[in-house]
Amino acid sequence: MFYRETGDFKTSYSADTQTFPIKLDRYRFWAIAIFAGILVPLWIASVPRQSAEFFVNPILLPFLIFSLAAIGLNILTGYCGQVSLGTGGFMAVGAYACYKLTTAFPDLNLVLVIFASGAITAGVGVLFGLPSLRIKGFYLAVATLAAQFFLTWMFSKFGWFYNNSATGQITMPPREVFGIAITGPDAAPWATYFFCFFFVFVMGWAARNLVRGRVGRSWMAIRDMDIAAEIIGVNPLKTKLSAFAVSSFLVGIAGALYFGVWYGSAEPTEAFGITLSFQILFMIIIGGLGSMTGSFLGAGFMVLLPILLKKLMVDMGGMEVAVAKHIEIVVVGALIILFLILEPHGLARLWQLAKEKLRLWPFPY
Amino acid sequence: MKLARITAALAVAVATGAAALPAAAEITVPSLVYRTGPYAPNGIPWANAFQDYFNLLNERDGGINGVKVKVVECETAYNTTQGVECYESTKAEGLVFHPRSTGITYQLIPKATTDHKVIHSMMYGRTSAANGKVFPNVFNFPANYWDAASIMLKHAGDMEGGMDGLKGKTIALVYHNSAYGKEPIRTLEKLSEKHGFALELLPVDHPGQEQKATWLKVRQMRPDFVFMWGWGVMNQVAIQEAASVRFPMDRFIGTWWSGSENDVLPAGAAANGYKSITVHAPGASFKVHEDILSLLYDNGKGAGERDRVGEVVYNRGMLEAMYTAEAYRTAMEMHKTDNPTGDQLRDGFEALNLDQARLAAIGMEGFTVPVQVSCENHGGPGLGAIQQWNADSKTWTLITDFVGADREIIDPLIAEDSAAYASENNVEERACN
Repeated sequence: MFYRETGDFKTSYSADTQTFPIKLDRYRFWAIAIFAGILVPLWIASVPRQSAEFFVNPILLPFLIFSLAAIGLNILTGYCGQVSLGTGGFMAVGAYACYKLTTAFPDLNLVLVIFASGAITAGVGVLFGLPSLRIKGFYLAVATLAAQFFLTWMFSKFGWFYNNSATGQITMPPREVFGIAITGPDAAPWATYFFCFFFVFVMGWAARNLVRGRVGRSWMAIRDMDIAAEIIGVNPLKTKLSAFAVSSFLVGIAGALYFGVWYGSAEPTEAFGITLSFQILFMIIIGGLGSMTGSFLGAGFMVLLPILLKKLMVDMGGMEVAVAKHIEIVVVGALIILFLILEPHGLARLWQLAKEKLRLWPFPY
Repeated sequence: MKLARITAALAVAVATGAAALPAAAEITVPSLVYRTGPYAPNGIPWANAFQDYFNLLNERDGGINGVKVKVVECETAYNTTQGVECYESTKAEGLVFHPRSTGITYQLIPKATTDHKVIHSMMYGRTSAANGKVFPNVFNFPANYWDAASIMLKHAGDMEGGMDGLKGKTIALVYHNSAYGKEPIRTLEKLSEKHGFALELLPVDHPGQEQKATWLKVRQMRPDFVFMWGWGVMNQVAIQEAASVRFPMDRFIGTWWSGSENDVLPAGAAANGYKSITVHAPGASFKVHEDILSLLYDNGKGAGERDRVGEVVYNRGMLEAMYTAEAYRTAMEMHKTDNPTGDQLRDGFEALNLDQARLAAIGMEGFTVPVQVSCENHGGPGLGAIQQWNADSKTWTLITDFVGADREIIDPLIAEDSAAYASENNVEERACN
C-alpha cells in the first residue's frame, strides 16, 4: 500500500535516477525538510525564549550537529570502510580553524568562516588519511587514534591556537549573519537552530548525492574489497583520500558549529576528547553503517535518549539524580548491546524493514 | 497503538518538564551536582553539604526570612554538555547557579548576563570575573586562583625566611592540564619575575591517574617547592607519587581543591605534613555543625553520612550555600520582596556584607573570614590560610593566619584579562557608583 512504485511512472532518465524514486519517500523528505526548516524555526521564534532555549540548546542543536558529524564519519567508515577514531580531533580542527579565522578576520562572513574551517579540516584529514594507503582495519583505527591525541595535545600545547588566552580556553566572539546574531549570548534560539539546519541540509544533500554517484560507488567498492576494486580500475589513493577529505570536511563543519554556535567556548581535552570520537562512532553503529538515515537516527538516539530518561525518572518519577544517572548509564549501555545483538545493521535497517512491511500493508508477512 | 500512547506520554513529559513553574512562597535553588563520574568522591560531599545547609535553614529558621528553600539537584557528571543541559532545564525556576566545574562556568558566563541569572563560581571559574564592571552577573568571591597562587607563594617565602629567600629557588607547578589547571600560570610567571625564582610547569592530563613521568621529573630537578592545581583522583595519585619519590611533604602545597580528606587519606602516613590553602577552617567544631548534626542528622534528615560532616569539601559546600542564602536575604531586605528576581538577587550578591557579627549570628564565627562584595569587586577579600594534614589524628589544622594576596601583581592581571574579554565579546564596562 505504501512505498510502492506502482502507478509512479517515470518518463525521463533523470526522473528514474533521482534520490527518492518512490513518490511517498519524496513527499516524506520534503515534508520533513519543510517541517524542520520552516515550521520548527517559526515555532521556536513564537514560544518564550526560556522554553525555546530548553528545546534548542540541549536537544535540537546537538542533534543537528552530531547528525552532521555522523554523516561525515559514515562516509569514511560506513561507505569507504576506513575505521576512524579521530573524529573528536578532526572536530577540534574545525573548531580551532573557526576560532582562528573569525578572530583574525572579524568581518569575514560566518558562513564563509565555517566552510573554510571545513576545508582546513579536509586538508588535515587527508594528511592523517595517508597511512590508510598502507594500513587497514585495527591498525588504521590506532593511527587515527593517534591523530585524536596528537591534535588535542597540539591545541592545548601551542598558545598560537588559542590566542594565548590565560586558560587555554577558546571563546567564540559574537558574530552576525545578515544582521542576525548567530553566536554569542544574544543569539536567538531560532537563529542558531536555522543556521545549523542550513548546514546540515546543504551538506546532507551534497553527501547523499556524492554517495549515489561515481565517487560513492568507488568508496563502496574499496570498502567491499579493495583488491578487487583496484583491479577493476578504482584508484585506491584517490578514493581513500577523497573519502578522508569529504568526511573531514563535514566533521570540520560540525566541529565549527559545535564550538561556535552550540558551546560558545571550549577547551581541547574536555570538549574534543576521545569520548566524543566514541560517541560519534556509536551513533553510526547504532544508526546504521553506510546509511544517511542511520546517521540521523543514531544521533537522535544518542542525544535524546539520555535526556528523555532523565525527564522520565527525575522530573516525573521524582527519583534521586544520582540513582537516575546510574540507571541511565545502565539503560543506554544495555540498549546499545541489545541493538547490536538484535539488529546489527542499526536503526536504519529497522526503518528499512518497516518500509518493506508497509509496502505489503495491510497484509504484511 | 500502545506505542503511540507511550510516545504521546513522553511528549507530554518533556513539555511539562520544560514549563514547570515555581511554587508560591518558596525559593528554588538549583544545585548542579556530580554524584557520578570521575569526580564524584568530591562532588557527593559538596552536594550533600549544599542541601544540608538549606535544610538547616528551613528547619531552624523557617527558611530565609521565613521563605522556605527548595534545592533542586541536576546531575552534570562534571561534564560540560550535561551541565549546560542542567542550566537550561532548571533556569525556569532557579536564579543562582553554582556550576562547580570550570568548563561549565565558562559556558554559562555569557548566558547568565543575557538571562539575568547569577553565577557564583566560588573560588573557581574565570578569575577575572572578579571585575564586576565587565562581569555583572558572575561572582567568584571570597577568593580566586590568582590570590591562591600568591598566598601559597607567601607561605613558601615565610618558610625560606622572607620573600627574598625565594631568589634562585625552583618551584614546580603540577597542574591539571585544563583551563582550571592553567589558571595560576600567568600569576606565578609574574611572581617569578618579581621574586626571582624559577617556575617549572608539569601538566597532568585528565583524569590524572598516571603521573609517574611527572614525578620522575620532580625527582630529577629537585624543586624547592611543588605547588599543585589538581582535582579528583589526580590529587591522591600526586600525593602518593610525591611520597614515593620522597619529596618533603611540608614543601608540597596544594590549591584549595587539592586539600581534602579524600586526597590525603589514600597515601596513609606518607601524606603527613602535606599542606594546602583554604578559606575556611577545617573540622566540625562550629555552632553551625552542631545545628546540622542535632537538627538534621539526629532526626534522620541529613543528606549524607554523619561522620563526613566537617570534611573540607563538606565545609566548602556549606560555605557556598551560606553565601547564596545570605545574598538572598540581602536581596529580600533591599528590595522588600519575598521572591526576588534575577537582577534583584544580583543586587543582593553585590551588597553582600558578612561581618563578624553576622557570621556569629549564623553560627560561623571563626569558621571563615568576613566578606564584603561590591559592584566593582566580585572577588571578595581574597584572603587565604594554609592548612596542614596530620596523618596520625587524621585532621587538618590551620597553621597560618588568613593573609591577603599580592595585590600589586593580581589587580593589573585581572584588569588586563577582563579587558581582553570585554573587547573580544563587545562587552561595555558598566559604571559603578
